[in-house]
Amino acid sequence: MARYIGKRLIYMILTLALIATFTFFLMKILPGSPIASAGKLSPEQRAVVEEAYGLNDPLPVQYFNYMFNLAQGDLGISINQFKGAPVTDLILSRMGPSAQIGFQGMVLGTIIGILLGMIAALRQNTWVDYSSTLIAIIGISIPSFVFASMLQYFFGLKLEWFPVALWKDGFMSSVLPSIALAMFPLATAARFIRTEMIEVLGSDYITLAKAKGASGSEIAFKHAFRNALIPLITVLGPMTVGILTGSLVVEQIFAIPGIGEQFVKSIMVNDFSIIMGTTIFFSVFLIVVILIVDILYGIIDPRIRLSGGKSS
Amino acid sequence: MTQNLEKLPKGSFERITVDTKQAERISKPSVSFWQDAWHRLKKNKGAIASLILFLLIVIMSFVGPMISPYEPNAQTITHANLPPKIPGLEKLGIFDGVGTLGGKEVNLYEMKKVEVNYWFGTDGLGRDMFSRLWVGTQVSLFIAFVAAAIDMLIGVIYGGISGYFGGRVDDLMQRIVEILTGIPNLVVVILFILIMDPGIIAIIIALTITGWTGMSRVVRGQVLKYKNQEFVLAARTLGASDSRIIWKHLMPNVLGIIIINTMFTIPSAIFFEAFLSFIGLGLQAPDASLGTLINDGYKLLQYQPHILAFPAILLSLIMICFNLIGDGLRDALDPKMKD
Repeated sequence: MARYIGKRLIYMILTLALIATFTFFLMKILPGSPIASAGKLSPEQRAVVEEAYGLNDPLPVQYFNYMFNLAQGDLGISINQFKGAPVTDLILSRMGPSAQIGFQGMVLGTIIGILLGMIAALRQNTWVDYSSTLIAIIGISIPSFVFASMLQYFFGLKLEWFPVALWKDGFMSSVLPSIALAMFPLATAARFIRTEMIEVLGSDYITLAKAKGASGSEIAFKHAFRNALIPLITVLGPMTVGILTGSLVVEQIFAIPGIGEQFVKSIMVNDFSIIMGTTIFFSVFLIVVILIVDILYGIIDPRIRLSGGKSS
Repeated sequence: MTQNLEKLPKGSFERITVDTKQAERISKPSVSFWQDAWHRLKKNKGAIASLILFLLIVIMSFVGPMISPYEPNAQTITHANLPPKIPGLEKLGIFDGVGTLGGKEVNLYEMKKVEVNYWFGTDGLGRDMFSRLWVGTQVSLFIAFVAAAIDMLIGVIYGGISGYFGGRVDDLMQRIVEILTGIPNLVVVILFILIMDPGIIAIIIALTITGWTGMSRVVRGQVLKYKNQEFVLAARTLGASDSRIIWKHLMPNVLGIIIINTMFTIPSAIFFEAFLSFIGLGLQAPDASLGTLINDGYKLLQYQPHILAFPAILLSLIMICFNLIGDGLRDALDPKMKD
């Protein structure tokens, strides 16, 4: 186990170094200068600004400075959007709303998804099953930005139940974005739990429990549900990716001051350091989540041979 | 009794002889793997309905711009922001050209003195939404299919080589894939789009740059599974070359899973294209794709919801169709596989 975690950590660091290097050089060859949009500068002024931001150093020097700072958690400073503000602080200051809607969406979606999947499996091939499958297919198929704009139009603009946008009414502001984000985990969990439950319900020990005279609900909850739930951990990774992808557009649609909204804005105005910083932040976040998920799974279910790692 | 039997004409009965040669005769026509899969797929109503609906959408995406009297990029400013109007449906109270203006419901066609009909309305620049919608569908589908095809090609070759040759080659190739799959897809796509000139090719390259790793893993796993089986050993003993073993013996077995995988790559490519367009990294004006149409429509959501509605519905329909066809194909081609 320790060997496996060690191996995974090494891969993690390698991947992150690759992403950081990649991001750095991509930003260097990007068309458009970060300073050009800051206004009309004379060549002298421009040289001063470039010097101040270290843009005149030889590339390897810039690279090593960048990587060195990165290792200490310093993502550089914003060049043109929030002049001089450290990117790390900018990201951290916007984490609150993103984390809140992401977490709410994840919890809401997973719980409803598990319920839907369970009901579908217990009432297999009835209208309950078909409608739950339909909800899952729709949830996977409709992109979050389409779903978010629909929610905004009907529940924000037409019915006026919730604020249309902005982050001013506390929890009420977070309801629609959370629902929009919840659709993907909901659909994923529902599909997954349904398949797992059906398989578990067909296994020998369930037949044994039935033969012993256990009641239907006892079988469903005590015996089947627990075992169907464990593998759900494996899809937590993809679900997190889905929430993060969704948050970029959902935050944009509901004008939420989160990381995703800032990221999209930075793309528009060529703020290299924020783009780089956020990219690395996202990568670290996702890679760590996936690592934790894999390790958790190995601890909970010892049957999984972690050291093998080869998919065959 | 004996008399009765003798009365019967000769030749009424024939002695049945059990022929051992006939014992193993196959009485039903043999069904190939693909016929069997098609048979199972046909039973899946959802998948067949989706297949038909999807074909209709493809046909419409080519026929649509032709039957519309307007060019997709032609701007008629005086006809801007018109709601949908389809002659014949007016009496039903839908598609009647009535829209809100300053909070009141008015027939905008009469107000703006527009004589012609725009079936799906017009956008803020007076462009016909009907033809733009279908041209956009063409572009979205084109991007998705090309991206899926490239993913498939690279994935199959990479995974095939890695699995078939094994050993040190496999080790090295898998380490590379492990690092590549560690990078979140979203990050790669956005970064690549940023450095390239925006357009169809940029989107395709961004989608395929790491998209093939999923396919390569699946193909490698399958090749590993089959290459040590007896029929491959038999072929090798008979002197078959590597390429013959790969193409004649391994490929047919792996093909099912390649098809299933591709069927799930396409909707994810459609999604990413729309996603990129929505955050402003997609196609540039005046080109249309479903994503850019949704992005345009979203900006006018409050006043002109029809501009968002049509592309959003069509995009969702295409995604649902693909997911259902994919599910159906998976069940048909590989009944044992569950996820």
